[in-house]
Amino acid sequence: MSDAKQKKIIKTIKIDVDKCHGCLACEMICSAFHAEPKYSSSNPARARIRVIRDPLRDIYVPVYAGEYTVAECASRDKYTIEGKEYDECAFCRASCPSREDFKEPDSGLPLKCDMCEGEDEPLCVKWCTVDALVVEEREEEVEEQEEQEDLEVGLESLADKYGMDKILDAVARLSEKD
Amino acid sequence: MRYAETGFNLEVDLTRGNIERIETDPRDTELYLGGLGTNAKILWDRVPPEVDAFSPENLLIFGTGLLCGTPATGCNRTIVSTISPQTKLMAFSMMGGYWAPELKYAGYDKVILRGKSPDLVYLWINNDKVEIRDASHLKGKGAIETAELIRQELKEPKAQVSAIGLAGENRVYYASVEQGRSSASRGGIGAVMGDKGVKAIAVRGTQDINIAQPAEFMELCYEVMDYIKWREDHPIQGVIPILAILGSPQEMAIHDEKWHTENFSWGNARLRRKGFWTEDVSDEWLETMNKARTRLISCYNCPIACGATISMPGLPTYMMKCFTKLTYTMAAMSNLDFGLTIAQRATEYGVDGYSAPQVMAFALELYENGILTDKDFPEMPADSEGRFFYLLDKIVRREGIGDVLANGTHWAAKEIGNGADAYAHNNIKKHEQLPLKLSMLNPIYFLMYCTGEKINITQIEGQFPQAPFPKREHREKFVKDWFQVPDDRFKQYFLDWEPRGENSNPYYPTVEMTCDIVDWQERMHYIDDALGMCAGLSSFHMKPPYHIHNYPKFISSGAGIEMDEDKLTQAARRYRTLIRAINIRRGMRRKDEKPPKDHWKKRFPELEKELLDGYYKFKGWNDEGIPTKASLHELGLDYVSEDLIQRGILTDGKDTSSKEVSVNEKTN
Repeated sequence: MSDAKQKKIIKTIKIDVDKCHGCLACEMICSAFHAEPKYSSSNPARARIRVIRDPLRDIYVPVYAGEYTVAECASRDKYTIEGKEYDECAFCRASCPSREDFKEPDSGLPLKCDMCEGEDEPLCVKWCTVDALVVEEREEEVEEQEEQEDLEVGLESLADKYGMDKILDAVARLSEKD
Repeated sequence: MRYAETGFNLEVDLTRGNIERIETDPRDTELYLGGLGTNAKILWDRVPPEVDAFSPENLLIFGTGLLCGTPATGCNRTIVSTISPQTKLMAFSMMGGYWAPELKYAGYDKVILRGKSPDLVYLWINNDKVEIRDASHLKGKGAIETAELIRQELKEPKAQVSAIGLAGENRVYYASVEQGRSSASRGGIGAVMGDKGVKAIAVRGTQDINIAQPAEFMELCYEVMDYIKWREDHPIQGVIPILAILGSPQEMAIHDEKWHTENFSWGNARLRRKGFWTEDVSDEWLETMNKARTRLISCYNCPIACGATISMPGLPTYMMKCFTKLTYTMAAMSNLDFGLTIAQRATEYGVDGYSAPQVMAFALELYENGILTDKDFPEMPADSEGRFFYLLDKIVRREGIGDVLANGTHWAAKEIGNGADAYAHNNIKKHEQLPLKLSMLNPIYFLMYCTGEKINITQIEGQFPQAPFPKREHREKFVKDWFQVPDDRFKQYFLDWEPRGENSNPYYPTVEMTCDIVDWQERMHYIDDALGMCAGLSSFHMKPPYHIHNYPKFISSGAGIEMDEDKLTQAARRYRTLIRAINIRRGMRRKDEKPPKDHWKKRFPELEKELLDGYYKFKGWNDEGIPTKASLHELGLDYVSEDLIQRGILTDGKDTSSKEVSVNEKTN
């Protein structure tokens, strides 16, 4: 691994909560794009974006799935807006042991926005025709780092949950079956 | 594997408190598609005509459209079907919003309620876990309030809730089912829900909906999206604003109400107010709307924000869409500020925004004419606005005269007597209509009013322009990119349609053309209603993104059912005919198929007879509007003709003449 500085395109999704109509197309298409095979199913619960939607209080906040964290934060936050208390840590991006959000509903594995790698633009942006979500690109110099692959992130979270020994046992058992 | 649909219905017996998950027959999907189509099949099979609306054997079906929950833009409708307490016929009201996709993700295509719960309950569907829960603490609560309370007590902010208000609990014949952003309002389905003792159905789902051929399906979705964007930049020229742009009439976004306020009638569908829309009114109403409207809002997976969040000073926020914006205002001869204020209370109570204001205007007309008196309205305020609030409260509580009015203008007039009938003048099949009173008979609209079985003009009209364009060059321009027509002959019908002269209403379009046009209009609505597509992106509009040419491909690639235009047309005819058969079995006949007497000033009895005769024949129905044995056979509905023959409604002979007289007498 080299420590050389490299130029990198940083993509930012700009979120304009005033423009959101709350249609959840972003959640739906995210789940469809990440289905295996691609677009073979839709299920917003698998989405890596989640709209906190509370029409009576005019709250429409899209939140993207961020990093997986091993442990929950020592501090928790709870928002009250227009008299309504939102879920603990409602506006946080992390996939974290304290809650179900940003986890695969079946396996509990963490989800993270990957900006729809390989597409011209993230699908949530493409489907947000009211421009509540738009992509902005800028160039930055960064220290090169290898991306942690999906598999590794998944394994790490499983290891955190069950311990590395159990994971290795399970892998050994599975490979014997094959 | 089942595609687009889940393949399971949830059967809930409220009497016994029993819940079952039942696998459905994929052959039914092929024949009746889903949504309205399969709802109708279930009602035919399981609700015989002896069962009335408030019988425990009546079913209340919340059906999702076949493509709900897939990426198809705007496909989010719940089709609620039951027997109507008001019309005594099949009611199928629809709502957009979020409920149908959520039910699909929970793993069900329909929720079928039967029996009656002894106590007020609500249903909590959380994927595989389904509970009947106590709702005694929700008794009397508003529909929107109820949804909020349920989400709080379940600690599930993402649960989608369909609920009734006080009107449903008290079985008001025009009670709605409210879902926050949307409502299923027509036909009194909220009353049936209240009768069954169900306050609400809350749903949360986190499972997959599968697509048969993802690549093909997505390509179609993108074509539709691109076309929606194109239509946004290319509104249809020469028509009123709500028809020019897509959407379930964009009443929340569009401010210009000249057309509605001057062409629709005010009060009890009586008064046309030409010249009403002055600059002063326009300014005042714009200010009202701008203050009230917090945000334009969409339904699930739809970019067209037809709804709005409305906050009137000092009142809880609610959501509104479409023409309820004006119905209270116009019935009370008031202004928009009043209309938006009373609509807040009406939404919490859960009443139909078409029927409720008309019933109240009807009551006040009876009062002005001495048929109802001060005794009937103790302590009623003197101003029109105050009276409307007073009447709304009486009706939903069924207090005093409110108990009579809660059954709608038809039944109330019968009960009140003393000539009250003449004031219940704007009904079709006992159901209140939009307050339109026009001059010259339009043959297309005549047939739609007569035979539209949802008994609501907006749920059959569309595709074809409502009136001829003045100049041929405009018409030529219009047909140039009109690729949605099933056949080029429809372009010719329109090209030759003139505002005046030989080729104008009522004799042009000819009977034959009129039948063809109405059949196309109706077909597209019925397809939408089975697939769960919003009419605002489809059948209600001219040149919509969804049409007869791309729908078969959506069904093939989405649901994995081989489909082409003919097969789809045949399927739509099949369940459309089934709905007619359900109503025929319940006594509906030709005599019921007529517009309000005063809908048009200029009427043409002979032509009207020819139109109805022609359309019945075109549809394969006999002169009483009963589907013939041969046409039922062609649609694979022999089980229907067997039943109709057994009941003496159809005779076995080739001429299929019927014993309609005895049935008529029975229902009168």
